[in-house]
Amino acid sequence: MKRFFALLHARNQEFLRDRGSLSWSLLFPFLIVIGFSFAFSGTNQDIFKVALHRQISQNEQAKTQAEEFLSTKFIQFVDVSTIEPALEKLKRHQFDMVLELGNSPQYWVNSSSPKGYLLEKIISTNLAGQPVSITRGEVSGREIRYVDWLLAGLLSMNVMFGSLFGVGYVIVRYRKAGVLRRIKTTSVTAFEFLAAQVASRLMLMMITCAIVLVGCKFLADVQILGSYIHLLAALLIGSLCMISLALIVAARISSEELAGGLLNLLSWPMMLFSGVWFSLEGTNPILQKIAQIFPLTHLVDATRAIVTEGATLADVSAPLTLMVALSAVFIALSSWLFKWE
Amino acid sequence: MNQTHIEARHLRKSYGSLVAVQDVSFGVRRGQCFGLLGPNGAGKTTTIEMMEGVITPSAGEVLFDGQPLTRDQHHKIGIQFQNTSLQDFLTVRECLNLFASLSKKTRSIDELIGLCTLEEFLERDNRKLSGGQRQRLMLALALINDPELVFLDEPTTGLDPQARRNLWSLVGKIKAEGKSVILTTHYMEEAYELCDEIAIMDTGLIIAQGKPQDLLRQYFEGQYIDIPNADLNSSLPDSFGLQFQRKQNSVEFHVPDVKAALAQFIQRDISLNRMSVRTATLEDLFIHLTGRELRE
Repeated sequence: MKRFFALLHARNQEFLRDRGSLSWSLLFPFLIVIGFSFAFSGTNQDIFKVALHRQISQNEQAKTQAEEFLSTKFIQFVDVSTIEPALEKLKRHQFDMVLELGNSPQYWVNSSSPKGYLLEKIISTNLAGQPVSITRGEVSGREIRYVDWLLAGLLSMNVMFGSLFGVGYVIVRYRKAGVLRRIKTTSVTAFEFLAAQVASRLMLMMITCAIVLVGCKFLADVQILGSYIHLLAALLIGSLCMISLALIVAARISSEELAGGLLNLLSWPMMLFSGVWFSLEGTNPILQKIAQIFPLTHLVDATRAIVTEGATLADVSAPLTLMVALSAVFIALSSWLFKWE
Repeated sequence: MNQTHIEARHLRKSYGSLVAVQDVSFGVRRGQCFGLLGPNGAGKTTTIEMMEGVITPSAGEVLFDGQPLTRDQHHKIGIQFQNTSLQDFLTVRECLNLFASLSKKTRSIDELIGLCTLEEFLERDNRKLSGGQRQRLMLALALINDPELVFLDEPTTGLDPQARRNLWSLVGKIKAEGKSVILTTHYMEEAYELCDEIAIMDTGLIIAQGKPQDLLRQYFEGQYIDIPNADLNSSLPDSFGLQFQRKQNSVEFHVPDVKAALAQFIQRDISLNRMSVRTATLEDLFIHLTGRELRE
């Protein structure tokens, strides 16, 4: 343990004294949150978003009547299989309306949503004089702004970049500079060395996330419905998963350029298609399927559920368990592949 | 104290079709300073890295105290690598503490600081050290586990003459502690100064081995007399019946008998005011054995 703690301490000192990296780790998420909070402060999204639940039994008259409304421009219809989760999202203004189509059609709006109000006007105009009547329902709940929704994605993305580059790139740099060769000649085992790198990065990522979280709360008044502790725990598991992935990349190579390329190859698709910036709901089903292979998708799902739905760790146990399993596989693979030189 | 401390037996290392070390065997006695000499690319570093256990030989074996070298014996070895870095942003003192924590057995850090004269820059970032200071730190790290055997891979390359002399004195102290030392160098005067025994390597093979004085006696007789071209008057060097080598501004004669040669020069009225006489060096030996300059 003495050797583990010595390496852990040395890595922490190295990171904390590297002012450039440290500042960037902390500033990057702030800059994005502030930028987006400013960009979306007045308008939010510029289209209406309606959750659509279709009942199997629907008579012809109701069907024709519904088609007219469904062809309205500038409304995005997202098919949902059950009503309850859609109503939860309506409460948080993530949907502007929930519409159930069937023999007795029904819609719900949020009493405090201006978009809901406008959609209600459109639907009532559309249905005026139609034979099939539609029932109105109402929910209430504070709006989840885009910046609130984005926070979980940004924290997850920060964890991804910090973990992948903070461990993968550093180990490759150590190998190239001969630091690993020097350590290899001591009594340190590969496991002790790697464990210290992982532990150091996990600690630093958690401290960074906590600071960013407090900063975002202070600067952009982000709304976090779930527990901060649960959120940090989910981020910890996500960070472990990303670090393990980085260890595979860093297991053998000694070229910083190659390491940078591989890490970018891993991180960019995840950043774009894991639901950090936009919801995957309503996107191409193939994209949604591809996104499931990215660890970041599961991290974003878990953290976003905690932030925007108030979910607990138990509620998000499925993505968290998957990430723990992935971490175990990645660590086993990287231990097998690892070479000091 | 004459038993063999470490022994290389028919070591060979190849990387694909490139053979870095062809077939190298030698032994180092306990407390001895052994030098591996040769130009860049001769295979010195590859040889000692096989002996350190850092790289695996393609063939052959390394015996430590008569037994095949294993990882369990690594704590008895100290290594100063030719090219190696330390973790960024750590001070000299922090580097010493870190590597002390990573070793099973540790020598007193204060003692090492004194031995390697690190006091002046203990709190300095290790990346901001001069060449000589850095080598002293690297030597301290090589000694931190109080090893029985120390490998020094070109410890003075790139250092100015004063820093080189300082390091020689440091190696002298290590020898005085009774540790075995294996060093590689392409400075012949360094090997002559520090080593009890040397092996000269070229193209992955040992081409000569022995005590420096014995080797010089074995291959050379007589002295070298250097006379500036201007002092030779009109005499042609080949008219003296002596071996000679033309240099840029002088001619160097290899003479078996200095007295007889001087008499011949005086007889021809050659001024000896700017003449210099020297004995053969390891540099001469290398040229004699390979036909090439050592630092080509």
